[in-house]
Amino acid sequence: MSECPVCGANISVADDVVKGELLECDDCGTELEVKNVDPLKIEEAPEAEEDWGQ
Amino acid sequence: MGTIKVGFLHSLVRKEEKLLITEFNKRADVELVMLDDREIKFDLETRPNVDVIIERSINHSRALHALRLFKSLGIPCVNTYDVSNTCGDKILTAVALKDAGVAQPDVRIAFTEDSAITAIEDIGYPVVLKPAVGSWGRLLSKINDRDAAETVLEHKTVLGSYHHSIFFIQKYVEKKGRDIRAFVVGNECIAAIYRSSDHWITNTARGASASNCPITPELSKICVDAAVAVGGGVLAVDLFESPDGLLVNEVNYTMEFRNSIDTTGVNIPDKVIDYIVSCGRAHA
Repeated sequence: MSECPVCGANISVADDVVKGELLECDDCGTELEVKNVDPLKIEEAPEAEEDWGQ
Repeated sequence: MGTIKVGFLHSLVRKEEKLLITEFNKRADVELVMLDDREIKFDLETRPNVDVIIERSINHSRALHALRLFKSLGIPCVNTYDVSNTCGDKILTAVALKDAGVAQPDVRIAFTEDSAITAIEDIGYPVVLKPAVGSWGRLLSKINDRDAAETVLEHKTVLGSYHHSIFFIQKYVEKKGRDIRAFVVGNECIAAIYRSSDHWITNTARGASASNCPITPELSKICVDAAVAVGGGVLAVDLFESPDGLLVNEVNYTMEFRNSIDTTGVNIPDKVIDYIVSCGRAHA
Protein backbone atom coordinates (compact mmCIF):
# COMPACT_ATOMS: atom_id res chain seq x y z
CA MET A 1 0.00 0.00 0.00
CA SER A 2 1.21 3.46 -0.85
CA GLU A 3 -0.18 6.95 -1.23
CA CYS A 4 -0.97 8.91 -4.39
CA PRO A 5 1.59 11.74 -4.47
CA VAL A 6 -1.05 14.04 -6.01
CA CYS A 7 -4.25 13.48 -4.02
CA GLY A 8 -3.12 11.33 -1.10
CA ALA A 9 -5.48 8.44 -1.84
CA ASN A 10 -4.36 4.95 -0.90
CA ILE A 11 -2.83 3.05 -3.82
CA SER A 12 -2.75 -0.73 -3.70
CA VAL A 13 -0.77 -2.72 -6.22
CA ALA A 14 -0.94 -6.27 -7.53
CA ASP A 15 1.47 -8.90 -6.19
CA ASP A 16 3.21 -9.08 -9.55
CA VAL A 17 3.81 -5.33 -9.82
CA VAL A 18 7.12 -4.44 -11.47
CA LYS A 19 9.47 -1.49 -11.34
CA GLY A 20 8.55 1.10 -13.95
CA GLU A 21 4.92 -0.05 -14.17
CA LEU A 22 2.29 2.58 -14.89
CA LEU A 23 -0.74 2.80 -12.63
CA GLU A 24 -3.69 5.13 -12.43
CA CYS A 25 -4.97 6.60 -9.20
CA ASP A 26 -8.60 5.52 -8.80
CA ASP A 27 -9.44 8.74 -7.01
CA CYS A 28 -7.84 11.53 -9.04
CA GLY A 29 -6.95 9.67 -12.26
CA THR A 30 -3.31 10.74 -12.18
CA GLU A 31 -0.95 8.43 -14.04
CA LEU A 32 1.64 7.06 -11.64
CA GLU A 33 4.86 5.12 -11.97
CA VAL A 34 6.18 2.44 -9.63
CA LYS A 35 9.71 3.64 -8.87
CA ASN A 36 10.48 0.82 -6.44
CA VAL A 37 8.70 -2.39 -5.52
CA ASP A 38 10.04 -3.22 -2.06
CA PRO A 39 9.63 -0.90 -0.31
CA LEU A 40 6.86 0.39 -2.56
CA LYS A 41 7.57 3.85 -3.92
CA ILE A 42 5.21 5.63 -6.29
CA GLU A 43 5.70 8.89 -8.15
CA GLU A 44 3.76 10.84 -10.72
CA ALA A 45 4.54 9.39 -14.18
CA PRO A 46 6.53 11.57 -16.57
CA GLU A 47 4.76 13.61 -19.23
CA ALA A 48 4.71 12.13 -22.72
CA GLU A 49 7.64 13.23 -24.85
CA GLU A 50 7.64 14.01 -28.55
CA ASP A 51 9.20 10.70 -29.61
CA TRP A 52 7.00 8.46 -27.47
CA GLY A 53 4.83 5.73 -28.85
CA GLN A 54 3.97 4.27 -32.22
CA MET B 1 17.13 -27.17 -24.50
CA GLY B 2 18.75 -24.90 -21.94
CA THR B 3 17.51 -21.66 -20.51
CA ILE B 4 17.54 -18.66 -22.80
CA LYS B 5 18.28 -15.18 -21.47
CA VAL B 6 15.97 -12.56 -22.91
CA GLY B 7 16.94 -8.93 -22.42
CA PHE B 8 13.82 -6.74 -22.09
CA LEU B 9 14.65 -3.18 -23.15
CA HIS B 10 12.07 -0.84 -21.68
CA SER B 11 11.39 2.43 -19.97
CA LEU B 12 7.91 2.84 -18.53
CA VAL B 13 6.10 -0.47 -18.23
CA ARG B 14 2.78 -0.01 -19.99
CA LYS B 15 0.05 -2.63 -20.31
CA GLU B 16 1.78 -4.18 -23.31
CA GLU B 17 5.07 -4.60 -21.47
CA LYS B 18 3.27 -6.02 -18.43
CA LEU B 19 1.41 -8.53 -20.58
CA LEU B 20 4.70 -9.60 -22.17
CA ILE B 21 6.47 -9.85 -18.81
CA THR B 22 3.62 -11.96 -17.43
CA GLU B 23 3.85 -14.34 -20.40
CA PHE B 24 7.65 -14.50 -20.22
CA ASN B 25 7.44 -15.45 -16.55
CA LYS B 26 5.28 -18.46 -17.47
CA ARG B 27 8.13 -19.89 -19.55
CA ALA B 28 10.38 -22.22 -17.57
CA ASP B 29 13.06 -22.01 -20.27
CA VAL B 30 13.30 -18.20 -20.24
CA GLU B 31 15.27 -15.99 -17.90
CA LEU B 32 14.12 -12.39 -18.24
CA VAL B 33 16.76 -9.69 -17.82
CA MET B 34 15.20 -6.23 -17.44
CA LEU B 35 17.13 -3.46 -19.23
CA ASP B 36 15.72 -0.05 -18.27
CA ASP B 37 16.74 2.52 -20.89
CA ARG B 38 16.88 5.15 -18.14
CA GLU B 39 19.61 3.21 -16.33
CA ILE B 40 21.52 1.36 -19.02
CA LYS B 41 24.99 2.58 -20.04
CA PHE B 42 27.07 1.61 -23.06
CA ASP B 43 30.85 1.68 -23.52
CA LEU B 44 30.82 0.21 -27.06
CA GLU B 45 32.50 -2.97 -25.82
CA THR B 46 30.64 -4.55 -22.90
CA ARG B 47 28.01 -7.04 -23.97
CA PRO B 48 25.00 -7.58 -21.70
CA ASN B 49 24.74 -11.24 -20.71
CA VAL B 50 21.68 -12.00 -22.81
CA ASP B 51 20.97 -14.21 -25.83
CA VAL B 52 18.35 -12.01 -27.46
CA ILE B 53 16.74 -8.64 -26.81
CA ILE B 54 13.12 -7.59 -27.15
CA GLU B 55 12.83 -3.84 -27.67
CA ARG B 56 9.90 -2.22 -25.83
CA SER B 57 11.15 1.31 -25.14
CA ILE B 58 8.52 4.02 -25.25
CA ASN B 59 11.09 6.50 -26.65
CA HIS B 60 11.82 6.02 -30.32
CA SER B 61 15.21 7.78 -30.18
CA ARG B 62 16.44 5.70 -27.24
CA ALA B 63 15.22 2.50 -28.86
CA LEU B 64 16.94 3.30 -32.11
CA HIS B 65 20.33 4.09 -30.61
CA ALA B 66 20.22 1.21 -28.15
CA LEU B 67 19.39 -1.22 -30.95
CA ARG B 68 22.32 0.05 -33.00
CA LEU B 69 24.63 -0.43 -30.05
CA PHE B 70 23.31 -3.93 -29.37
CA LYS B 71 23.72 -4.74 -33.05
CA SER B 72 27.38 -3.75 -32.88
CA LEU B 73 27.78 -6.12 -29.94
CA GLY B 74 26.33 -8.98 -31.97
CA ILE B 75 23.13 -9.41 -29.99
CA PRO B 76 20.04 -10.39 -31.99
CA CYS B 77 17.21 -7.91 -31.38
CA VAL B 78 13.50 -7.94 -32.08
CA ASN B 79 12.96 -5.76 -33.85
CA THR B 80 16.31 -5.08 -35.47
CA TYR B 81 17.88 -1.64 -35.67
CA ASP B 82 17.29 -1.51 -39.41
CA VAL B 83 13.60 -2.37 -39.09
CA SER B 84 13.16 0.19 -36.32
CA ASN B 85 14.97 2.85 -38.29
CA THR B 86 12.74 2.27 -41.30
CA CYS B 87 9.47 2.04 -39.38
CA GLY B 88 10.28 5.01 -37.15
CA ASP B 89 10.40 7.30 -40.16
CA LYS B 90 7.38 7.51 -42.45
CA ILE B 91 9.52 8.58 -45.40
CA LEU B 92 11.81 5.57 -45.06
CA THR B 93 8.77 3.34 -44.66
CA ALA B 94 7.20 4.75 -47.83
CA VAL B 95 10.42 4.08 -49.73
CA ALA B 96 10.62 0.50 -48.43
CA LEU B 97 6.99 -0.18 -49.36
CA LYS B 98 7.50 1.29 -52.81
CA ASP B 99 10.67 -0.76 -53.38
CA ALA B 100 8.74 -3.91 -52.48
CA GLY B 101 5.72 -3.00 -54.60
CA VAL B 102 3.35 -2.82 -51.60
CA ALA B 103 0.29 -0.61 -52.21
CA GLN B 104 0.17 2.62 -50.21
CA PRO B 105 -1.59 5.99 -50.51
CA ASP B 106 -0.08 8.51 -52.91
CA VAL B 107 2.67 10.43 -51.08
CA ARG B 108 4.92 13.42 -51.64
CA ILE B 109 7.92 14.65 -49.68
CA ALA B 110 9.09 18.28 -49.74
CA PHE B 111 11.43 20.46 -47.69
CA THR B 112 10.14 24.01 -48.09
CA GLU B 113 6.77 25.71 -47.83
CA ASP B 114 6.67 26.55 -51.53
CA SER B 115 7.60 23.09 -52.72
CA ALA B 116 5.20 21.54 -50.21
CA ILE B 117 2.30 23.61 -51.57
CA THR B 118 3.19 22.49 -55.07
CA ALA B 119 3.39 18.87 -53.91
CA ILE B 120 0.06 19.10 -52.11
CA GLU B 121 -1.69 20.52 -55.17
CA ASP B 122 -0.05 17.90 -57.32
CA ILE B 123 -1.82 15.23 -55.22
CA GLY B 124 -5.00 17.27 -54.82
CA TYR B 125 -6.98 18.17 -51.69
CA PRO B 126 -7.61 16.81 -49.16
CA VAL B 127 -4.21 15.64 -48.00
CA VAL B 128 -2.78 14.63 -44.65
CA LEU B 129 0.43 16.25 -43.46
CA LYS B 130 2.35 14.09 -40.98
CA PRO B 131 5.57 14.47 -39.06
CA ALA B 132 8.03 12.00 -40.61
CA VAL B 133 8.79 10.83 -37.07
CA GLY B 134 5.77 10.81 -34.82
CA SER B 135 3.17 8.65 -33.18
CA TRP B 136 -0.23 8.21 -31.60
CA GLY B 137 -1.81 10.38 -34.28
CA ARG B 138 -0.17 13.51 -32.90
CA LEU B 139 0.35 16.58 -35.09
CA LEU B 140 -1.48 15.09 -38.05
CA SER B 141 -3.17 17.74 -40.18
CA LYS B 142 -5.96 17.03 -42.64
CA ILE B 143 -5.70 19.84 -45.15
CA ASN B 144 -8.78 20.52 -47.24
CA ASP B 145 -7.81 23.64 -49.18
CA ARG B 146 -5.01 26.05 -50.03
CA ASP B 147 -5.78 28.42 -47.16
CA ALA B 148 -5.31 25.63 -44.65
CA ALA B 149 -2.20 24.38 -46.43
CA GLU B 150 -0.52 27.78 -46.31
CA THR B 151 -1.41 28.24 -42.65
CA VAL B 152 -0.25 24.84 -41.44
CA LEU B 153 2.97 24.94 -43.46
CA GLU B 154 3.83 28.41 -42.14
CA HIS B 155 3.11 27.39 -38.55
CA LYS B 156 5.24 24.27 -38.87
CA THR B 157 8.10 26.20 -40.42
CA VAL B 158 8.06 29.07 -37.94
CA LEU B 159 7.04 27.36 -34.72
CA GLY B 160 8.43 23.85 -35.13
CA SER B 161 11.93 22.46 -34.88
CA TYR B 162 13.65 21.59 -38.15
CA HIS B 163 12.07 18.12 -38.04
CA HIS B 164 8.74 19.74 -38.77
CA SER B 165 9.96 21.24 -42.02
CA ILE B 166 10.45 17.81 -43.54
CA PHE B 167 7.00 17.59 -45.05
CA PHE B 168 5.49 14.14 -45.50
CA ILE B 169 2.30 14.56 -47.49
CA GLN B 170 -0.16 11.73 -47.99
CA LYS B 171 -3.29 11.68 -50.12
CA TYR B 172 -6.29 11.57 -47.78
CA VAL B 173 -8.06 8.24 -48.10
CA GLU B 174 -11.77 8.30 -47.29
CA LYS B 175 -11.94 5.40 -44.90
CA LYS B 176 -15.60 5.61 -43.89
CA GLY B 177 -14.87 5.82 -40.19
CA ARG B 178 -12.44 2.97 -39.79
CA ASP B 179 -9.05 1.57 -40.65
CA ILE B 180 -7.38 -1.78 -39.97
CA ARG B 181 -4.51 -2.61 -37.65
CA ALA B 182 -3.02 -6.02 -38.31
CA PHE B 183 -0.35 -7.80 -36.31
CA VAL B 184 2.44 -9.69 -38.03
CA VAL B 185 4.81 -12.02 -36.22
CA GLY B 186 7.49 -13.50 -38.45
CA ASN B 187 5.79 -14.59 -41.64
CA GLU B 188 2.27 -14.76 -40.25
CA CYS B 189 -0.51 -12.23 -39.86
CA ILE B 190 -1.79 -13.41 -36.47
CA ALA B 191 -4.67 -11.00 -35.77
CA ALA B 192 -6.31 -7.81 -36.93
CA ILE B 193 -8.74 -5.21 -35.63
CA TYR B 194 -10.88 -2.51 -37.11
CA ARG B 195 -10.31 0.85 -35.46
CA SER B 196 -13.49 2.90 -35.70
CA SER B 197 -14.06 6.53 -34.86
CA ASP B 198 -16.25 9.46 -35.81
CA HIS B 199 -13.00 11.42 -36.08
CA TRP B 200 -10.82 11.06 -39.17
CA ILE B 201 -7.92 10.02 -36.92
CA THR B 202 -8.56 6.41 -35.91
CA ASN B 203 -5.75 5.68 -33.47
CA THR B 204 -7.02 3.86 -30.39
CA ALA B 205 -4.70 6.19 -28.43
CA ARG B 206 -7.07 8.91 -29.66
CA GLY B 207 -10.23 7.14 -28.58
CA ALA B 208 -11.09 4.92 -31.55
CA SER B 209 -12.87 1.68 -30.66
CA ALA B 210 -11.52 -1.74 -31.58
CA SER B 211 -13.41 -4.67 -33.08
CA ASN B 212 -12.26 -7.93 -34.62
CA CYS B 213 -11.27 -7.88 -38.28
CA PRO B 214 -11.30 -11.22 -40.10
CA ILE B 215 -7.97 -12.08 -41.72
CA THR B 216 -8.71 -12.55 -45.40
CA PRO B 217 -6.06 -13.90 -47.79
CA GLU B 218 -5.76 -10.37 -49.27
CA LEU B 219 -5.20 -8.82 -45.84
CA SER B 220 -2.72 -11.50 -44.80
CA LYS B 221 -0.70 -11.16 -47.99
CA ILE B 222 -0.36 -7.38 -47.98
CA CYS B 223 0.49 -7.35 -44.26
CA VAL B 224 3.20 -9.97 -44.58
CA ASP B 225 4.48 -8.23 -47.72
CA ALA B 226 4.63 -4.92 -45.80
CA ALA B 227 6.42 -6.57 -42.88
CA VAL B 228 8.95 -8.17 -45.19
CA ALA B 229 9.38 -4.84 -47.01
CA VAL B 230 10.59 -3.12 -43.84
CA GLY B 231 12.78 -6.05 -42.80
CA GLY B 232 10.43 -8.35 -40.91
CA GLY B 233 9.90 -9.20 -37.26
CA VAL B 234 7.08 -8.28 -34.89
CA LEU B 235 5.12 -5.51 -36.54
CA ALA B 236 1.76 -3.79 -36.57
CA VAL B 237 0.55 -2.78 -40.00
CA ASP B 238 -2.05 -0.01 -40.38
CA LEU B 239 -4.17 -0.16 -43.51
CA PHE B 240 -6.91 1.69 -45.32
CA GLU B 241 -9.71 0.01 -47.25
CA SER B 242 -9.82 1.93 -50.52
CA PRO B 243 -11.94 1.35 -53.64
CA ASP B 244 -8.73 0.05 -55.25
CA GLY B 245 -8.04 -2.43 -52.45
CA LEU B 246 -6.03 -2.33 -49.26
CA LEU B 247 -3.36 0.34 -48.83
CA VAL B 248 -0.63 0.26 -46.20
CA ASN B 249 -0.60 3.46 -44.19
CA GLU B 250 2.11 2.77 -41.62
CA VAL B 251 4.16 -0.06 -40.13
CA ASN B 252 4.83 0.13 -36.38
CA TYR B 253 7.83 -1.58 -34.79
CA THR B 254 7.07 -1.38 -31.05
CA MET B 255 3.50 -2.44 -31.48
CA GLU B 256 0.76 -1.60 -29.05
CA PHE B 257 -1.85 -4.32 -28.70
CA ARG B 258 -3.64 -3.85 -25.38
CA ASN B 259 -7.02 -3.42 -27.09
CA SER B 260 -6.55 -6.35 -29.42
CA ILE B 261 -6.21 -9.50 -27.31
CA ASP B 262 -9.77 -9.80 -26.03
CA THR B 263 -11.06 -8.28 -29.25
CA THR B 264 -9.46 -10.90 -31.47
CA GLY B 265 -9.21 -13.83 -29.06
CA VAL B 266 -5.55 -14.19 -30.02
CA ASN B 267 -2.90 -14.34 -27.29
CA ILE B 268 -0.63 -11.83 -29.01
CA PRO B 269 2.10 -11.70 -26.33
CA ASP B 270 2.35 -15.50 -26.34
CA LYS B 271 2.99 -15.51 -30.09
CA VAL B 272 5.49 -12.65 -29.78
CA ILE B 273 7.42 -14.55 -27.14
CA ASP B 274 7.51 -17.73 -29.22
CA TYR B 275 9.12 -15.64 -31.95
CA ILE B 276 11.62 -13.96 -29.59
CA VAL B 277 12.69 -17.30 -28.15
CA SER B 278 13.07 -18.84 -31.60
CA CYS B 279 15.25 -15.88 -32.69
CA GLY B 280 17.39 -16.26 -29.60
CA ARG B 281 17.81 -20.00 -30.07
CA ALA B 282 18.64 -19.56 -33.74
CA HIS B 283 21.56 -17.33 -32.80
CA ALA B 284 22.67 -19.32 -29.73
